[in-house]
Amino acid sequence: MTVFFGVFLLTLLLIVAIAMVRTDNLFVAVMLGGIFSLLMATIFFLLDAPDVALTEAAVGAGVSTVLYLAALALTAEREKIHTVHQIKALVVVTTTALLVIFATFDNVQFGDPTAPVHVHVGPWYLENTQRYMDIPNVVTAILGSFRGYDTLGELFVVFTAGIGVLFLLGARPKKDTEAAETLIPQQSETSEGLRNYLIPRLTGRLLVPIILLFGLYVQFHGEYSPGGGFQAGAIIATGIILYALLEGEAAALRVVPQWMLMALMAGGALLYGMVGIVGMLLGGQFLDYSVLADNPVVGQQVGILLIELGVGMTVSGVLLSIFHAFAARDKY
Amino acid sequence: MSAWAQHLPALQVGVPLLTTPIIVLLRPHGLAWAAATLTSCFTFFIAVMLTLAVLDGQQVQYSMGGWPAPHGIALSVDAFSAILLLIVTGASTVALLAARQIVNAEIEASRQPLFYTAWLLALAGFVGILVSADAFNIFVFMEISSLASYVLIAGGSDRRALPAVFKYLVMGTIGATFYLIGIGLIYLMTGTLNLADMEVRIREVSDQKPILVAAGFITIGLALKAAVFPLHLWLPNAYTYAPVPVTVFLAACSTKVSLYLLLRFDFFLFQPNLLNHNIQFSYFIMPLAILAILAASSLAMIERNLKRLLAYSSIAQVGYILLGASLVSLIGLTASVIHMFNHALAKAALFLCVACLATRCVNLRIDSLRGVAKQMPWTMAAFLLAGLSLIGVPGTAGFISKWYLITAALDEGLLGVGLIVVVAAGSLMAVYYLWRVIEVAYFDKTNEGTKIVGEAPLGILVVCWLVVLSNYYFGLAPWLSTTLSSAAAQILLGQVP
Repeated sequence: MTVFFGVFLLTLLLIVAIAMVRTDNLFVAVMLGGIFSLLMATIFFLLDAPDVALTEAAVGAGVSTVLYLAALALTAEREKIHTVHQIKALVVVTTTALLVIFATFDNVQFGDPTAPVHVHVGPWYLENTQRYMDIPNVVTAILGSFRGYDTLGELFVVFTAGIGVLFLLGARPKKDTEAAETLIPQQSETSEGLRNYLIPRLTGRLLVPIILLFGLYVQFHGEYSPGGGFQAGAIIATGIILYALLEGEAAALRVVPQWMLMALMAGGALLYGMVGIVGMLLGGQFLDYSVLADNPVVGQQVGILLIELGVGMTVSGVLLSIFHAFAARDKY
Repeated sequence: MSAWAQHLPALQVGVPLLTTPIIVLLRPHGLAWAAATLTSCFTFFIAVMLTLAVLDGQQVQYSMGGWPAPHGIALSVDAFSAILLLIVTGASTVALLAARQIVNAEIEASRQPLFYTAWLLALAGFVGILVSADAFNIFVFMEISSLASYVLIAGGSDRRALPAVFKYLVMGTIGATFYLIGIGLIYLMTGTLNLADMEVRIREVSDQKPILVAAGFITIGLALKAAVFPLHLWLPNAYTYAPVPVTVFLAACSTKVSLYLLLRFDFFLFQPNLLNHNIQFSYFIMPLAILAILAASSLAMIERNLKRLLAYSSIAQVGYILLGASLVSLIGLTASVIHMFNHALAKAALFLCVACLATRCVNLRIDSLRGVAKQMPWTMAAFLLAGLSLIGVPGTAGFISKWYLITAALDEGLLGVGLIVVVAAGSLMAVYYLWRVIEVAYFDKTNEGTKIVGEAPLGILVVCWLVVLSNYYFGLAPWLSTTLSSAAAQILLGQVP
């Protein structure tokens, strides 16, 4: 049954991917991108990877679609036709695909319990998570603690992206600076979101608190069920972006002002790092949570909770900052 | 001190990485620069401490989070990573020391904290790659360093940087994706991400097909990021339109970090496992290296923009580094590693001279530098001396690497003679393209109507001369670079059957 569904979803994925490449309407491409991510999320779920599925759904289908649309608002809807590189690109892509297929041919079979990935480090994680951390979600244990340094790195990838967008979109031609500052107040009154559209506004307002609550659940329940800081950060950001779309960007900035976004971005990354440093000061290695409490198991749980909080803060801060940076762009 | 000494590998990455969230919040003018420079200095200091530990013969290992190696993430530093750490942290520090005036002129004060944050993130990404002993962890830090580099290159006031950086972004992302596909295939066959563990387990893999494809993907992916000859297209414009301090930093180290990974993966994983891979590696890399030296040097000979001229020269130098490695011999690899170090010194010095020129000249076309030596005698003298090192005149650091390269080539018989001809031709071409600049600056009359501009600010000039003189120090007393390089070559070759 899994195989049947898998083949069905992969076929759909292929169709969506081809449609995405073929269309020259960027709006259509963005929407197809959202569908692509949703299909991917379903496939991940089918492969028993609910954590990854949740991330793909929240980040791929949710936030990134909105960010693409925000970027699209600054440019034209239709793509300029370039035919020059298409053949070359097709050759590169086809070669890559054929090579990957060649490499995986009649090799490790899908679901084979004797495959190298299932007999080496995997079983160790399954056996020892209970002993060291006493939490049911092994994925959280691996991401949060066993390979916590990677997660710290991933968090800083997100942080770097945020810094990059703020830095590059924050640039404005020197001459226009004064003109732009006088222009902002007039413009922001007109950006009212969907204030005049009653039905989307009312249903949307109902959704916002539920989304935020679900975000908090995913954040703090990550040790027990799929989820964690990355997903929660993305979900909370989505909730606030929805609010911005309904009530206008200015209203959203009144709720979560610019300084708070910066504090979230920097604070989350700092919190994660500090947990690592404290572990070092208390006599462990960098990012060793066992020393955070008298009982190493409790220490691990505290550590994972804190770093997940840091991840959630930075991810939501970065995503909202990027959204506002795009949304503010047409004002000058 | 000794309690902290064991944490050095973690601090090497942790210090620049964890200062970034603080620097982004530093509003007062100039403070972000000071904090970033201080952090970079401290990172350099840690790199020196690690190098001393390596020279002392210690095994520098670290387990992140206290989890043992294949299950947790391990860091390790050996002679090869130590010499690269010195290059990266040193380049960042000198570039930051010289950066202040130019950044003040190019980037408005409100955005400067973000710029310096991106700088330290790039630094943290590079050192993170170098100390890591975990294949996926390397990818994570590759992402940090690449993203931050794109931001830095696009950061200046030159709008032409944007299309240049977009090209770099697309090609860099393809490179990183290829690397990830390769790692995925190896993980599929070995079930581990730890490099040392991978090295052992990969020998038991009977089916070589996936490993062969992985070798291809990883080599091509990293070659893209290292600007190996036909894949170098992103480099010239990216270096040309970036703010000059960024060019100093990235030109000295960014391609070398990818070359480091390329050599490390090839010699640690693929050469011991794949049949005759050392010969395949030679046949694949050597022609590309020769082409890089000859073609990129020729392009530099006709280039009119000083920054792009030096960028093409960098592509040629990647050729020298690969030429040494493609011989798969002890002296060849030593030449390769030592040239990474010496080229970083020479190119940093040359781009620092460009930084001096950029503070006074309207643009950096060679035509507009007519007679500039009369107004900026110290800058042009530094350029001349650094240029001699790039060419490889005896007494300079560049000579040491050319000497090793020629010695290595002599062991190869007839092929070696051909290679020596290539190296000599490349050096002569370097004489020509650098002479064009010197000739215009020293012997041409100043352009009509040019204002008298005077010497560059003292701060930048001092840093510039410091690096120029270190070219001569490491040319006359190359103990440090040769010791580390030959140790690195031994480590690399220790794996080849």
